[in-house]
Amino acid sequence: MSPALVVFLVIGTIAVASSILVVAMRNPVHSALFLLLTFLCVAILFVMKGAEFVGAVQVLVYAGGIMVLFLFVVMLINVRHLPDERVLSNFWKGGLLVGLAVFLLFFTMVRPGVFHDPVASDQALRTTYTYRHRKVHQPDGTVVRKLIRRGKVVGNSEAVGMALYTDYLVPFEVASLFLLVAMIGAIVIGKRELSAIEEENIPAYMLERSETEHEVKEAMSA
Amino acid sequence: MHGIDWVDVGLSVLKIAIVLGAMLNVTPIMVWVERRGSALIQDRPGPNRVGPFGLFQSFADAFKFILKEDMLPAKANKILYTIAPMFGLIPALTTIAVVPWGRPFTLPGGRLFEPIIANVNIGILLIFALASMGVYGIVMAGWASANKYSLFGGIRASAQMISYELSLTLAAVSVLLAAGSLSLTDVVWRQTGSFVLFNVIKLPAWNIFSPAMWMAFIVFFVSGFAETNRMPFDFAEADAELVAGYHTEYSSMKFALFFMSEYMAMATMSALVTTLFLGGWDIPWYTEPATWVGFALSVLSFVTKVSIILFIFVWVRWTIPRLKYDLLMKLGWKVFLPMAVVNIVIVALFIARGWL
Amino acid sequence: MTHTLLPVLIMMLIAVVVGVVMLALAWFVGGHARTASKQEPYESGVPSLDENRKRVNVRFYQIAMLFILFDIEAAFLYPWAVIYREASTGAQGMFLFGEMLVFIVLLAVGYVYVWKKKAFDF
Repeated sequence: MSPALVVFLVIGTIAVASSILVVAMRNPVHSALFLLLTFLCVAILFVMKGAEFVGAVQVLVYAGGIMVLFLFVVMLINVRHLPDERVLSNFWKGGLLVGLAVFLLFFTMVRPGVFHDPVASDQALRTTYTYRHRKVHQPDGTVVRKLIRRGKVVGNSEAVGMALYTDYLVPFEVASLFLLVAMIGAIVIGKRELSAIEEENIPAYMLERSETEHEVKEAMSA
Repeated sequence: MHGIDWVDVGLSVLKIAIVLGAMLNVTPIMVWVERRGSALIQDRPGPNRVGPFGLFQSFADAFKFILKEDMLPAKANKILYTIAPMFGLIPALTTIAVVPWGRPFTLPGGRLFEPIIANVNIGILLIFALASMGVYGIVMAGWASANKYSLFGGIRASAQMISYELSLTLAAVSVLLAAGSLSLTDVVWRQTGSFVLFNVIKLPAWNIFSPAMWMAFIVFFVSGFAETNRMPFDFAEADAELVAGYHTEYSSMKFALFFMSEYMAMATMSALVTTLFLGGWDIPWYTEPATWVGFALSVLSFVTKVSIILFIFVWVRWTIPRLKYDLLMKLGWKVFLPMAVVNIVIVALFIARGWL
Repeated sequence: MTHTLLPVLIMMLIAVVVGVVMLALAWFVGGHARTASKQEPYESGVPSLDENRKRVNVRFYQIAMLFILFDIEAAFLYPWAVIYREASTGAQGMFLFGEMLVFIVLLAVGYVYVWKKKAFDF
């Protein structure tokens, strides 16, 4: 076995094991941290495959994502009241079914040869070609649109950038729309939660104080 | 994996040894500088009993840390409580690996010696990825301690650090635009040489002097203070409000590890500011020869710049009082974030016009 | 490519070793005198009356969520910054500039919305 294969097997095992622990852990904070471990392992796998840009972005974005999850847990769940002894919820049959279906889907799609993906060597991830459609006149007089390969870009982040900002321009701009929607969503959800928490948690004297502050401000402005 | 180049391995080990040695010694030296510096600013003697000028005070402190009782609060989450300091230490010690600290030169055998541990072409992205892991040490410590002060310190720190990390990443984009690469080696090479401003002054071609990038510099520098939890922004600890913040329940070496990580993160941040905006190892108005002399001079230049910035860290801590928390968040989101984005647009325009 | 990142991995391992050695040293060298009150959570000398893991304000969560969104924006900006100088010769330069401007303006709309909703006012 080559060293790379050994590393892959070790990291892959850790990734799978920790992702199982994400759902198996009783304490939600532990779950969140195991999810972090899973993502880190996946990032290492990306780097091993030569996609170091994707690996770094994986850590950068997903680490932040886990932080959100962590804060969400700390915000919503009172850790003293852990769920009761039952490990599986009532929906485990449905969950299993969905899980199997997704697994089957991935298994059939990703299997080599079925969903052909040309990324075979590390070098392939680090180079991209810029393609352009060109009209080509065939000998028999017909005109065919053909994909012509033009320049070559070397380097991982360069390859990603070139692909993203020329060939996948529309998805990229649509992504910004998604971000916009998500931003609005974050605020809308947060506002509703806030008012619910405000009602139950803020002691009366705090409300009184803010009223007084308000009155003082009005008096000052008058 | 056949044909391992042992000379290459040896050089790598040498570089790691040099950098790790420097990083591990940053803490005792900086503690001394901090204490003597604060004494200087506040016009008092400072530590002066252990060794000449109290130079060995830090080592005395280190021994004391080892001899103190290692507490384990009864209600704490034992595992997370123990690994949290480690989680802070790893990114603090590792991020420096992609920063070049001298001019490359040719060794007698004709081999090029590059004074950088890992010359990866995603350099700066790796730094931010690792730095984003640094938050976890603090938040884990805060949560695992099962203490209200710790929890609030940790949560506050997480919100603060992620907010300012955003400003850092966006401010760095301006520099990368100009360099056209994510590798810090390229960033430094672009800043060598000099340019003439208004046909009058000959300035080094550092990014700080570039008319397009001073905004990014301000954002990056100030966000650096917040990212390392230094004084005007030290809400992770905020000793007047939160006792000691996230490390309220920590004692002995566990506390010392947090302490060390803070100083190491400071050193890394200084190195990063130097590399991105102050020309890295470049010596102003001077072209270093591509020999070991040039290498030695450039290392000296790099260390000098980093030291000056580290001293500014200390200086600011003992001069500017802590902000209020709402001001901190407003500064990050309402001032620095738009500033960084506007600066990106400006730099992009400059490049499109061929001015940069 | 993997081998240039190997030194970073080695440094991480060294950092782990350094940390473990230091913690172990302090654990075995330092004395231990555990008492019940010493192991209580510190609350400025007052016995703690309620649970120690409080729920925190939703605003922290909101900030974290906004952080991810802008972080993704930054992640999009990085590859753009890398190719911009090379690709910005001639007419394609303004095209690359324009497409990023559209991206930034769309996000700026969201940013203004968030600002108006006072999410940045703690």
